Amino acid sequence: MSILVNKDTKVIVQGFTGKEGTFHASQCMDYGTKIVGGVTPGKGGQEHLGQPVFNTVDEAVKATGATVSMIFVPPAFVADAVMEAADAGIELAVIITEGAPVKDMMYAKAYATKKGMNTIGPNCPGIITAEECKIGIMPGFIFKKGPVGLISKSGTLTYEASNQVVKEGLGITTAVGIGGDPIIGLSYKQLLPMFEADPETEAIVMIGEIGGDLEIQAAKFIKENITKPVVAFIAGQTAPKGKRMGHAGAIISGGSGTAAEKMAALEAAGVKVVVSPADIGKAVKEVMGR
Amino acid sequence: MNIHEYQAKEIFRKYGVPVPRGQVAFTVDEAVEAAKNLGGNLWVVKAQIHAGGRGLGGGVKLAKSLDEVRDWADKILGMTLVTHQTGPEGKLVQKVYIEEGADIKAEFYLGMLLDRAAEMPVMMASTEGGMEIEKVAEESPEKIVKVHIDPAIGFQGFHGRQLAFGLGLPKEEVGTFIKFAKALYDVYMDNDAEMIEINPLIKTGDGKFLALDAKMGFDDNALGRHPDIAEMRDLSEEEPTEVEAKQHGLSYIKLDGNVGCMVNGAGLAMATMDIIKHEGGEPANFLDVGGGANPETVAKGFEIILKDPNVKAIFVNIFGGIVRCDRVANGILEATKLTDVNVPVVVRLDGTNAEEAAEILKNAGIKNIISATDLADGAKKAVEAAK
Repeated sequence: MSILVNKDTKVIVQGFTGKEGTFHASQCMDYGTKIVGGVTPGKGGQEHLGQPVFNTVDEAVKATGATVSMIFVPPAFVADAVMEAADAGIELAVIITEGAPVKDMMYAKAYATKKGMNTIGPNCPGIITAEECKIGIMPGFIFKKGPVGLISKSGTLTYEASNQVVKEGLGITTAVGIGGDPIIGLSYKQLLPMFEADPETEAIVMIGEIGGDLEIQAAKFIKENITKPVVAFIAGQTAPKGKRMGHAGAIISGGSGTAAEKMAALEAAGVKVVVSPADIGKAVKEVMGR
Repeated sequence: MNIHEYQAKEIFRKYGVPVPRGQVAFTVDEAVEAAKNLGGNLWVVKAQIHAGGRGLGGGVKLAKSLDEVRDWADKILGMTLVTHQTGPEGKLVQKVYIEEGADIKAEFYLGMLLDRAAEMPVMMASTEGGMEIEKVAEESPEKIVKVHIDPAIGFQGFHGRQLAFGLGLPKEEVGTFIKFAKALYDVYMDNDAEMIEINPLIKTGDGKFLALDAKMGFDDNALGRHPDIAEMRDLSEEEPTEVEAKQHGLSYIKLDGNVGCMVNGAGLAMATMDIIKHEGGEPANFLDVGGGANPETVAKGFEIILKDPNVKAIFVNIFGGIVRCDRVANGILEATKLTDVNVPVVVRLDGTNAEEAAEILKNAGIKNIISATDLADGAKKAVEAAK
């Protein structure tokens, strides 16, 4: 078991024939992901990486039965691509592209929600169910199968955390990189209950950062709804106020969104909060009683 | 990206958000000329820098004659203005805005920004004009009226009524206020603003509303479709090293410590700063070399970090995903040839091709390089090396 995606998930790629789309789609296929086609307007009817190319998502869905789309289109076209996927009945859009305007995401997410489509990202590494299905740009070999679910705002910190968990002799069910933009798709609050319900997941790691209040919402939710042990790390404990730390959403504004307040809220919710990012693996082992 | 008050007011005018008449000046003579053009017998000389609290810092002065305009412009132009938002080093004033004086009957606050939790913009109004809104939010949150505006329906009359009646305006002023707020909403949405703040918004003796101040920030990701706004960027308001880094695809922010950091990924870069502190050191910077770390970007990274004389050691922390560690290792070797790296460099490379990378660094035999096995080991060694 796992959450959201597994070895049977049929995936199409929007922006299939572009440089990034091509490279990462072929990496995903090597990992075992069922990429069943892609969309590049104007290139319908061609074949790419051994799979059919379609002009529209609608055609692609009808022809392949795909339920998930991985989006690599340039930033200015992200909103259009997300809304097209939602309109075509895609169930989950994984948006890898970095640099989409916030206003566009506001419209796109509202429409996706209306159509019942989940989104992950934008500006994220994607989602991976270990040794089954990788939809994104993460290095697959780091994610060995095991009992730990992972939710993270940061890409490389996801790899770091998974690596530590694996080094402790454990592994990952599914890892989701939710991205660090101001408006994102699935967040802790939606993903935590999925891991809670997944019989193979025994513990959950959540990695947050400064800015916004998603981690605070997560803390409230965990307190009331999550029975599995949770380990958390919040990046940016030493970040100065008012400075944007790389991610568009990672900024402490008006004294709120600090690492300290998020860590305190999570701790109060019974989460094992680690101060050092090097202690994530050890803490997981500890809360699992292994 | 942030812009100056005078630029924000230009945008306001285009959308029919009422502002006092004014003119920007770069020299004392231009300031006097501007005052003459505006006419009248009362002017305000306002320092143009990207920071709030200018009035308290002595950067906003009232002038009752052209001579006073000259005096104040002379004093303000070239001064280093220190406010609660500039930091103790302050900011050099290179231009002033000359504005006609206004007859202030009441002062309000009106602002707009994205509410990330609601995933839509929120407009906020308060009767506490002139006060810092964060302070009002903390001390008397009941004095702030908040209205979320769903972009699917846009700004409706009821949004305006909630704000206007919330401020306690008499019913004959409500219509004028709604028009003002609606125009402000259009400014925000049309221009991909990230934040607008009018503090104070004033009511004049003859019952008009005017934006006496204007502060605007924009979504960097959307500047591509607003060339007119992108042109308003004032690089002299930004940290020169940060600008230089950005031009090379690096994200750099200077801090006060002595351990330089070079990391791939924003989250890991923040986590690296955190672990340095945890190990008893102080990070000298945030630096994300991005997903495409290559010899040139790594070399540039070293160069930028070493511009800071406080740096006594550098911690290179790369978790290779798509970026292969052997390429980063070669980049480090290349960098030591291109830049004189004269402090110890602790290198931790993990992930894709980490073993090959370790081999490359070992065989290169560079004296300054200390290799580390993992995150904690690297941080410890870097903190030690900086002592």
